[in-house]
Amino acid sequence: MKNRYSIFSLIKNAFSYHENWQKAWKDPTPKKEYDAVIIGGGGHGLATAYYLAKKHNMTNIAVVEKGWIGGGNTGRNTTIIRSNYLWDASAGLYDHALKLWEGLSQEINYNVMFSQRGVMNLAHNLQDIRDLKRRTHANRLNGIDAVYLSTEEVKKFCPIINTSPNIRYPVLGGTLQRRAGTARHDAVAWGYARGADEMGVDIIQNCEVKGIKRNGDEVEGIETTKGFIKTKKVGVVAAGHSSVLANMAGLRLPLESKPLQALVSEPVKPIIDTVVMSNAVHAYVSQSDKGELVIGAGTDDYISYSQKGSHDIVEGTLNAILELYPIFSRMRMLRQWGGIVDICPDASPIISKTNVKGLYFNCGWGTGGFKATPGSGDLFAHTIANDEPHKLNAAFNLNRFISGDLVDEHGAAAVAH
Amino acid sequence: MFLITCPFCGEREQSEFKAGGEAHIERPKQPTELSDDEWAEYLFMRKNIKGVQFERWNHAHGCRKWFNMIRDTSNDTIKAVYKMGEKPPVK
Repeated sequence: MKNRYSIFSLIKNAFSYHENWQKAWKDPTPKKEYDAVIIGGGGHGLATAYYLAKKHNMTNIAVVEKGWIGGGNTGRNTTIIRSNYLWDASAGLYDHALKLWEGLSQEINYNVMFSQRGVMNLAHNLQDIRDLKRRTHANRLNGIDAVYLSTEEVKKFCPIINTSPNIRYPVLGGTLQRRAGTARHDAVAWGYARGADEMGVDIIQNCEVKGIKRNGDEVEGIETTKGFIKTKKVGVVAAGHSSVLANMAGLRLPLESKPLQALVSEPVKPIIDTVVMSNAVHAYVSQSDKGELVIGAGTDDYISYSQKGSHDIVEGTLNAILELYPIFSRMRMLRQWGGIVDICPDASPIISKTNVKGLYFNCGWGTGGFKATPGSGDLFAHTIANDEPHKLNAAFNLNRFISGDLVDEHGAAAVAH
Repeated sequence: MFLITCPFCGEREQSEFKAGGEAHIERPKQPTELSDDEWAEYLFMRKNIKGVQFERWNHAHGCRKWFNMIRDTSNDTIKAVYKMGEKPPVK
């Protein structure tokens, strides 16, 4: 049984100089066989394990992770959470996740520092205005909060934005989702890991999958660096490496893996208390609780697994940031990094069965998977446990690339992909 | 970020080029005969290899010509560059 985190446990542990905190999860050696194995110990994979154990009573399961948990894209994203997507299917999926975020810290007894500070999307030309207005209407029909703001209202909500009409891409308006915001990305992985571990899930780190063994059309198990693990159900949640794992099972996916970059500045006093995104100039910025500006750049257009991006992508983003926020012109950047994102042709994810029995994929989140972490885990757990998708992820199947029933969020969502 | 030797212009920065994805995907000879599965395979399914991959590139801010490249996607090193229609120099 885990000790609960609370103000009292904090005080109690302060007396022993915080040296006797209970381990948040065990470090088990893999068993010979599990009822299900999740490949990938990022936020989505750990959430999947958590909901499999909690909602579907599947506790004889394991999460295998190549590195350390939360060390991949979970620790590399820009922590933005929103659900203002255009199409009904996406709105259902992302708002389901947002509703879970709203109660997550309490549910898993782990402070994920979810902060509903609002996400504002800027319009810079007439077409942006039309698109953003259309999207706010679509959002509201789906029960998602969204308002359209004039230039003056944008300035009032975030005073440091340059709203001069004389800049290259003047701010002509914007949208605001007040329920949107940010969360602490590491805490999400750690919280789900602790919760899953408490229910008996084995979290096995430093365990790379080398092969997926099939017996005809069924999954038999996985070959790993810690030996063979027998299982009838394998859920792959490997982000940028999904195609590599699909290849092990003899499948091909409609994915391309590309580097996506982000950077943070030196920490400064609070200056921006919301998240501002700009689709047209591709720049988004928020401020972390430590005071760093968190800046998201774009993807490179070539396939790469190198976790490095091109300098000109960062340069373009910073040009846009400086034009929108001249106040940041003296800021120095502390760190820059890349993560490998798996992008679908329609820029929507895949949470789906495959034509191999017992093999499931949760991938294709591209540039925006973090926001969906709880919802993705919940729906993927449902899909694995019941061998059937939940109605909220039914549209996000692999078959849509054959039927043509795509969920085309390319450019239609709030940010360019 | 890396340098690419365009077969027509010589060595240039990668930012002058546009990546065109996987190379040697042949357009179906009889499109009218294709099933939905075969269309999906042609249009959407990709190898997306971690390692040595054959791909197309376009010198968008240069001669604007297309060419092929063999590149290791795990570390972005280029193995070979060859013109459209030519046989790949290495397997």
